[in-house]
Amino acid sequence: MAEQLKIKSEVEEFKKEYFYRNSGAMTKAIKISEAQLNLRHIEPTTKATYFQAEENRQRDYQAANRIQSWFRASKVRAYLSHLHKKAIIIQRIWRGFTARARFRQMVKAAYFIMKMNFYEAMAVRIQQRWRGFFVRKHIHNYYARKSYLEGLSKKNELVRMELAELEELQKRERHCVEMVKEQTAKVYQAHRLHHLLSTKQCPGVFNSPFRPAPHEMEILLRQVKYQAPTRLDPRGRACLMGMLGPTAPSFPGTLGSPWIKTTGTCCSSKPILPPISSKKQQGLFRKPGEVWEQRMLCPDLTLRLQTSYTHLEEAQNQLQHKYIRLPTGNIRNRKYAPPSEAQQQFLYSASLRQEL
Amino acid sequence: MSQRQIIQVFEQYQKSRFQFVQTVSDLALRPQNIEILQNAGVMSLLRCLMLDVVPSIQQTAALALGRLADHSDDLAEAVVKEGILPQLVQSLALKNRFYKKAAAFVLRSVAKHSPELSQEVVASGGVDALVLCLEEFDPGVKEAAAWALGYIARHNASLSQSVVDAGAVPLLVLCLLEPEIALKRIAASTLSDISKHTPELAQTVVDAGAIAHLAQMILNPDAKLKRQVFSALSQISKHSVSLAEMVIEADIFPAAVACLKDPDDYVRKNVTTLMREVVKHTPELSQVIVNCGGMATVIDYLGECRGNLRLPGIMMLGYVAAHSENLAMAVILSKGVPQLALCLSEEHEHHIKAAIAWSIGQIGHHTPEHAKAVASSDLLVKLLELYMDASSSEDLQAKSKKALKSILQKCTYLPGLEPLLYDVPSNILKYVVCQFSKVLPNDSKARRLFVTSGGLKKVQEIDAEPGSPLQEYINAINSCFPEEIVRYYSPGYSEVLLKRLENYQPA
Repeated sequence: MAEQLKIKSEVEEFKKEYFYRNSGAMTKAIKISEAQLNLRHIEPTTKATYFQAEENRQRDYQAANRIQSWFRASKVRAYLSHLHKKAIIIQRIWRGFTARARFRQMVKAAYFIMKMNFYEAMAVRIQQRWRGFFVRKHIHNYYARKSYLEGLSKKNELVRMELAELEELQKRERHCVEMVKEQTAKVYQAHRLHHLLSTKQCPGVFNSPFRPAPHEMEILLRQVKYQAPTRLDPRGRACLMGMLGPTAPSFPGTLGSPWIKTTGTCCSSKPILPPISSKKQQGLFRKPGEVWEQRMLCPDLTLRLQTSYTHLEEAQNQLQHKYIRLPTGNIRNRKYAPPSEAQQQFLYSASLRQEL
Repeated sequence: MSQRQIIQVFEQYQKSRFQFVQTVSDLALRPQNIEILQNAGVMSLLRCLMLDVVPSIQQTAALALGRLADHSDDLAEAVVKEGILPQLVQSLALKNRFYKKAAAFVLRSVAKHSPELSQEVVASGGVDALVLCLEEFDPGVKEAAAWALGYIARHNASLSQSVVDAGAVPLLVLCLLEPEIALKRIAASTLSDISKHTPELAQTVVDAGAIAHLAQMILNPDAKLKRQVFSALSQISKHSVSLAEMVIEADIFPAAVACLKDPDDYVRKNVTTLMREVVKHTPELSQVIVNCGGMATVIDYLGECRGNLRLPGIMMLGYVAAHSENLAMAVILSKGVPQLALCLSEEHEHHIKAAIAWSIGQIGHHTPEHAKAVASSDLLVKLLELYMDASSSEDLQAKSKKALKSILQKCTYLPGLEPLLYDVPSNILKYVVCQFSKVLPNDSKARRLFVTSGGLKKVQEIDAEPGSPLQEYINAINSCFPEEIVRYYSPGYSEVLLKRLENYQPA
């Protein structure tokens, strides 16, 4: 069946070929030319092939062209594909090489980073511990703070106690000073009222017979020794003379003359001098006790003089008057007389200045 | 007429002049006479008598003029207008010491009323003449001159500067060394007035070596002197850290603490003022004072005095506590907080209360320990009352609010916080509830106490906008407790239950 079909198609093919060969313009042209050229003497078979070949020349030429171009193209293509394949091989190898190199580098870097992270983590641990230790030991030291606060409480207690004692002491001193003041005022009163002392004949005002015991003023009056009033401040006299026996020692640390206002401290242990007032001048013959005290103590050194500016002239004037008043003129026969007022002042001030 | 009779006429005139001047100066001592004297035109008469030949009349006239000017503003202005000042200043340089004293007295009484009058005194060359008087021997003259300079320098910085420019400061420091107490007092007071205005003036006073001398006078028994000395030291140290450090380096501190037991009120007040001015600069300076026991003494002092005298002590405690939590703990340990609570209840003046509120805020705001110490003295309630009181001044309200807020943010002492849930404005309530919401999740005993004391009930009654921080805190608190308890305490639960009862059908 299949063979039959095949043979039939071949027959068809033959027919077509025959038709084409014989129906072409070439065939006609060949026939014409043949007629002209008188080519009748050539064999009909070669004639036939020659006509056929002429007719098919164009076609064959084109076909041959085609075949050749196709062949050439395939050759070139084969060459190109060969080249491409080789190029690909080279590129593949190269890329593999570089990629592996890069990968190796990446692995090294990753390893390095891993190590560094580990070290850093360990370093952070060390630093944490160290910082914690350092801060707890030195900066925010709990035990130091605790001991500081305990010490502070103790110190506060101590200070409070000490200050309370100090205050107590000061109060007592002030009280003491006031008492002394009162007492000396009383003694002064007693001195002024000495005439009210009771006698054997007549009981005094403070010693009324109806009282069980004499009034304290009476007792004071009995104790005070009377002195004639002198130029000195009577209170000073009363203090020096009047404060005898049991009136004085009840006050611890009695002061020398505390009632006179002082410019310095009032609660010192040393006896305080009477103030050097600018009106009166110092005489030579004071009571020995007073002079001794003044001698023993160091006076305040200031720029101001302790004598008046004109004492020298006054002294000289007085001296001159004294000499003029004496009846017998001879100095050698003159009886000894104690130095006059002006002379006393001069001698005393000179001695203080240590010129004598 | 014989010579004697003519001379007698002159003597009579002199006697009558003297008598007039003497009487006027005695009358000028009483305030009621002065108007009459002024109307009678005494100023011009005295001015003429000041030019008199006889020195005693001059002096008495100057004294009378001084007393008149001392009394009132207008008379002092009249003195200036009559042009008496230039001739006074001129004669200051020439005459004897009694006249100088009287003239310095006149200058002082003119200068004390106002800065303008002091400026007039300065403009007529008074300052230079007074500085010359400071170089005299007589202590009375020096005292009068120093007093006048002090009154001039008191008003403002430029007048102080003119006093300093005339070279008064070294002479005043020399006056401090004199034996007379009155002179020392006046010199210290003048130095204090000079140094109080600006740091540069204080530095000038310090450069003249005043601090060492002032420090020596601390142990002097005279009370008024000590007042002035401490006042001068506090005016110097208030300006800057370096000046305060110089004052501390003079080793006054353990000794000054003893002066806090002085019987005189103002000595104690000035010592506390000095401590306050020193303490406010740096923590190290505060540490010096705390370490020598100053804190305890100041707290005892606060217990003894009343009124405005307490103010420097209170502020000192506040400044010390403000520096660091160590120092605040030191204040608490020295029993400062109960004392402040006592002061708060005793004082009525608003500015003192505001200062106390501020100090309490400074003490309590550091850590929960400090806040607990403050809360356990019931101070939070008192601060709240001060804040809510409508009659408090604005300053007092602002300070108590700030103190309350800063303490509340650190307070974890729940029994102290409980009273603050009731009758509180919402801005404070927010902080209180926030603190509860922080503490309750962690402490079971506190939760129990919270429920039994009625706190949970109160929290349920709080009405907050949803989404506000207050609502979040309330939710956080509610989530610490089981559902049933929260529902039990929510308001209106009894109605809900009763409604359920109504709808219930027994089976």
